[in-house]
Amino acid sequence: MPLVYYLLLSALLFGIGVAGVLLRRNAIVIFMSIELMLNAVNLTFVAFAAHFKNLEGQIFVFFVMVAAAAEVAVGLALIVAIFRVEQTVFVDEINLMKW
Amino acid sequence: MAINLQSVLFFLFSVIALGAAVMMILHRNPVYSAIYLIVTLFALAGFYVLLNAPFVASVHVIVYAGAIMVLFLFVIMLLNLKQDPIRERGKIARRAFALLIVVVLLAEIGVLVGGSLLTGDGVAATSPAVGLANGSADSTNFVGSTAAIGMLLFKDYILPFEIASVLLLVGIVGAVILAKRKLTS
Repeated sequence: MPLVYYLLLSALLFGIGVAGVLLRRNAIVIFMSIELMLNAVNLTFVAFAAHFKNLEGQIFVFFVMVAAAAEVAVGLALIVAIFRVEQTVFVDEINLMKW
Repeated sequence: MAINLQSVLFFLFSVIALGAAVMMILHRNPVYSAIYLIVTLFALAGFYVLLNAPFVASVHVIVYAGAIMVLFLFVIMLLNLKQDPIRERGKIARRAFALLIVVVLLAEIGVLVGGSLLTGDGVAATSPAVGLANGSADSTNFVGSTAAIGMLLFKDYILPFEIASVLLLVGIVGAVILAKRKLTS
């Protein structure tokens, strides 16, 4: 498969992720959309690695996964902490930082 | 383009991935959103296999579809979320704004990628020899096998590897502290 198809596919996936972040108000679904965007970028990394016959793209995917795992752990802990205070996960009902 | 197994699988996985991703952001119940995201992640693992990256595919299934999505489902069940309210997706103006942003973003990427596709230069025609500076992969028989990735990871990328492990440790400690702390509103 030509590289361009993979690039267009991951662009579409990234766009769907952006739409999810902007449209949804449930913090957990927003978080899942961010995961989708990270995965779209991972797909471009692997596609470029296959195209240039270079393994370093796959190494970077590995590090992106590590960062995503740490991010998910901290982010979900934040969501749980906010839920215990506010009793909601809808981002427009959480206005702690609004002055 | 010739019709072969690879292109058939590519389009099959593309349809699955895009359809499940759209369903993920449109479904009102977060549990279904998580399950659709898992479907998307499995389709992406299929792409990784097509792209000669079996190690990345297996790690992707284990870490993403396994660990991370289970964590999501646990938190959804822990918080006992009901279905999202009717106005979940926001007002019309907000939706229009979101769609505008997405269309602009996709148009930018489309111009960049499609432009190089039409003129025949750019990404599609760049010399494949560019990436071989480190001699990390055999150019004739390229497979991202576990052994090859392990050699690269523990030789050239040993410092980032160790830093990544520290990052994971910080993530674990931070998650425990954040979830345990008594918060007052």
